[in-house]
Amino acid sequence: MSHDDVLNPKHMPHDPEKATLEGKNKFVGFWMFLGGETVLFASLFGTYLALSGSTSGDNTPENLFGLELVFIMTMLLLTSSLTSVYAMYHMKNHDFKKMQLWLGVTVLLGLGFLGCEIYEFYHYIHEYGFTFRSSAFGSGFYTLVGFHGGHVLFGLFWITSLMIRNQKRGLNLYNAPKFYISSLYWHFIDVVWVFIFTVVYLLGKVG
Amino acid sequence: MSERTENVSRHKLNVRKDENKEEMVQQVITFALMILFTLIAFSMVILDISSYFIKPILLLLAGVQVAFQLFYFMHMKNKGHFMPTVIMFGGMTIALATIITFTTIIWW
Repeated sequence: MSHDDVLNPKHMPHDPEKATLEGKNKFVGFWMFLGGETVLFASLFGTYLALSGSTSGDNTPENLFGLELVFIMTMLLLTSSLTSVYAMYHMKNHDFKKMQLWLGVTVLLGLGFLGCEIYEFYHYIHEYGFTFRSSAFGSGFYTLVGFHGGHVLFGLFWITSLMIRNQKRGLNLYNAPKFYISSLYWHFIDVVWVFIFTVVYLLGKVG
Repeated sequence: MSERTENVSRHKLNVRKDENKEEMVQQVITFALMILFTLIAFSMVILDISSYFIKPILLLLAGVQVAFQLFYFMHMKNKGHFMPTVIMFGGMTIALATIITFTTIIWW
C-alpha cells in the first residue's frame, strides 16, 4: 500500500484526526501549546488586574466601556464556536462540503468580531484619547485585549488558508488533524474571551 | 463473505453517526446554557445589582462557561483525553499562581 492509499482509505476511521501517528502527535502537541497559552494569557490578565487602577483623567473602566458592543462581540464569538463544532461534526461524518460550509460561517462570524474590536479601539482612541501610552491601565488593556484580537486574526488566516489549500483535495487523513487542531485553537480563543468579557468589561463596570 | 463485511461496516457507520449525533445534541444544549449564562452575567451588571456577591458570581459563571467549552466543545470529556486534561490542569494551576502573584505579592 502506498503512502497515498494510507492517507485516503476506502472507509474513513472513527476519529480521522487521530488515525495516523502524525495526527496523534499533532493532537498532544497542540494541547501542550494550549497549556502554555493559558499561562501566557494569565500573565497578561495578572498585569491588567494589577494596573487597571492606575488610570489617568476621566478614562476609567466605568466611563469607557460600553456593554452593548461587548455583548454583540460575545454573541458573535460564542456562535462561531458552535459553528466550528458543527464543522467538526461533519468532519467526523466525512462530509467535506458541509465542513467547509460551516468553517466558512465561522470565519465570517470571526471577521464580524474583529470588525467590532477595531471599531471599539478606534472609538476609544479618537473620542476619548485613550491610547496605549495614556495610562498604565491603557497599556494593560490594549496588551491583553489586543493580544486576544491578534489571536483571532491569526485564527482567521489559519482556517481560511486550510480551506483554500484543501478545497480540491477533499478530506483525508493528512489534512483532518490540521482542521481539527485549528478548531481547537478557535475554541481556545473563545475560552480567553469569556474571561476578558467577565474580568475586564463586566467587573470593570461593577468597579 | 464480502457482502457480509460490507453490511457489518455499514452497520458500524450508522452506529458511529448516531454517536456523533448524540454528541451534537449535547453540544447544542451546552451552547444554549452558555448563552443563558452570558445573558445572566450581562443583565446582573446592566441592572446594577449591588451585592457583595456579584463579583464571585460573575467569576463563577465564567468558570462554568469555560468548563463547558473545554469538556464539551473541545471534547475533553471524551476518551483518549488524559494527556490534554493533565496538561490543561497543569497550565491552569500555574495560571492561577501567576494571577495571585501579580495581584497580591508584587508591588506596582
